[in-house]
Amino acid sequence: MSTENTVVSATQLNIEKIRQDFPILHQEVNGRALVYLDNAATTQKPQVVINALTHYYQQDNANIHRGIHTLAERATAAFEETRQAIHQFINSNEPEEIVFTKGTTDGINLVAATFGRANVQEGDEIVISAMEHHSNIVPWQMLCEEKGANLKVIPVNNKGEVELEEYKKLLSERTKLVSVVYVSNSLGTINPVKEIIDLAHEYGAAVLIDGAQSTAYLDIDVQALNCDFYVFSGHKVFGPTGVGALYGKRRHLEKMPPYQGGGEMIRSVSFEKTTYNDIPYKFEAGTPNIADVVALKAAIEYINQIGKANMRAYEEELLAYAHQRLSEIPGIRMVGTAENKMNVISFVFDDIFHFDIGQMLDTRGIAVRTGHHCTEPLMNRLGVEGTVRASLAVYNTKEEIDQLTEGLHRIVTMMRK
Amino acid sequence: MTQSITETQNEIIEEFSLLDGDPEMTNFYIMELGQKLPPLDESQKTEDNIVKGCQSKVWLVPLWAEGKMKFEADSNSAITKGLVSLLVRVFQDQSPNDIIDADLFFIDKIGMNRFIGTQRSNGFAAMIKQVKLAALVNKEREAITRSNQK
Repeated sequence: MSTENTVVSATQLNIEKIRQDFPILHQEVNGRALVYLDNAATTQKPQVVINALTHYYQQDNANIHRGIHTLAERATAAFEETRQAIHQFINSNEPEEIVFTKGTTDGINLVAATFGRANVQEGDEIVISAMEHHSNIVPWQMLCEEKGANLKVIPVNNKGEVELEEYKKLLSERTKLVSVVYVSNSLGTINPVKEIIDLAHEYGAAVLIDGAQSTAYLDIDVQALNCDFYVFSGHKVFGPTGVGALYGKRRHLEKMPPYQGGGEMIRSVSFEKTTYNDIPYKFEAGTPNIADVVALKAAIEYINQIGKANMRAYEEELLAYAHQRLSEIPGIRMVGTAENKMNVISFVFDDIFHFDIGQMLDTRGIAVRTGHHCTEPLMNRLGVEGTVRASLAVYNTKEEIDQLTEGLHRIVTMMRK
Repeated sequence: MTQSITETQNEIIEEFSLLDGDPEMTNFYIMELGQKLPPLDESQKTEDNIVKGCQSKVWLVPLWAEGKMKFEADSNSAITKGLVSLLVRVFQDQSPNDIIDADLFFIDKIGMNRFIGTQRSNGFAAMIKQVKLAALVNKEREAITRSNQK
């Protein structure tokens, strides 16, 4: 499959054909065709990913890196091919800089427990933003508590954008690590991560980028970004759940102490002295999630085949359409109106509880997310308890946006009677 | 004469049967029931009266008069308000003992779990627990009062 795609006009993407690749979309929920608009929570899986999982268990299943038999060879090769694919997908310097994890949360916790423990001392500072997911808040709070370090928070303006001027004021020689989200899961805001990274580096601080929402659609080049760590989840890039990747610069990964102890991560074990394996295996203790890692490659190839630029162009069109249609609904208030945003529309009605909207939409077969989206501090900052969030993927259509709009019209009319 | 907990439940089952299990109509009906619940005085919307374990805010206030219990309730969610109104209706003017012993068969009969989902079902279970706990407290209180009078 080629990764070289010329950008076609968004309307030239054959969305109906893309929809055919996702078997789950073709079902009824509560008597109506499913409208799946919860893609920021997890994306659906194309048939090629499902096939890769099935093929692995039907043909290749074996434990990796240890056996000398044919199946073990095949399984190991398939596993390592995914590492190679991710290396190219996010343009790391070498495949050894890619560590398999359970997902974004696991990747952040790994960095906190290893790089963090080794480099953050009493009085040091860690900087995050006010729009972080709980998984990019709590591990740092735990580390700060353990070390007597301080957590600093970059404020967010009313539109849901980080305030760069305030960020600059937070940086100092005490800053050891900056950890920010590339694209907000609650609002869709695309953060100026390149500027954030460069500014942090002026003070010698390392930077982790939470790529959970950005990896499927934005061109990720970790060398150009010059981030120190980049984490993402397989299940948000049309791949399986329970697998993700951590990118770390070689010099960091080599210096970092191991995370978990066990098989695979060692070079030799004796009761007197155990020595550790090279990167990335040093961080991959125990039998990994082989099948899901293998199938993740199929997801990456699927994205490459459609082309990120094509997907982005289509989604921008869809997002603009959704904004326009949803704005028609009386009393709707958009939450998160950043200049630079993608694939998420968060909204509230001041007179209707968000949870009720979500439940009523479900009765019409429309899947959205309601609540604080694991970003309670952000919700507090924006003065809402939670929002209704519709998040788009390449298989969504304008007709589905129409159904969401009609559904909302009916719900608010009935509920205001 | 107040109708029994069983009679009220049967009444609810009959009303819901008219909705043919249509999830949208059922939810609208639940909200309609909620609208009939008298609004709770703002002073009663305290932290103590909040039912723990619900995603939306639910206030449930047990009152006590002549061996019978009364309940007032409210919620910031229209659907939840409708759900709590069902409990208020079933348990209004019942004795603590009857409330403690009540088997809430209407929940399964109307297929509630199917149209409100797991999160709300858990919240609803928390409301029931709070009502039964209030009944238990009042039963004890009643027993103490009686023994003091002897």
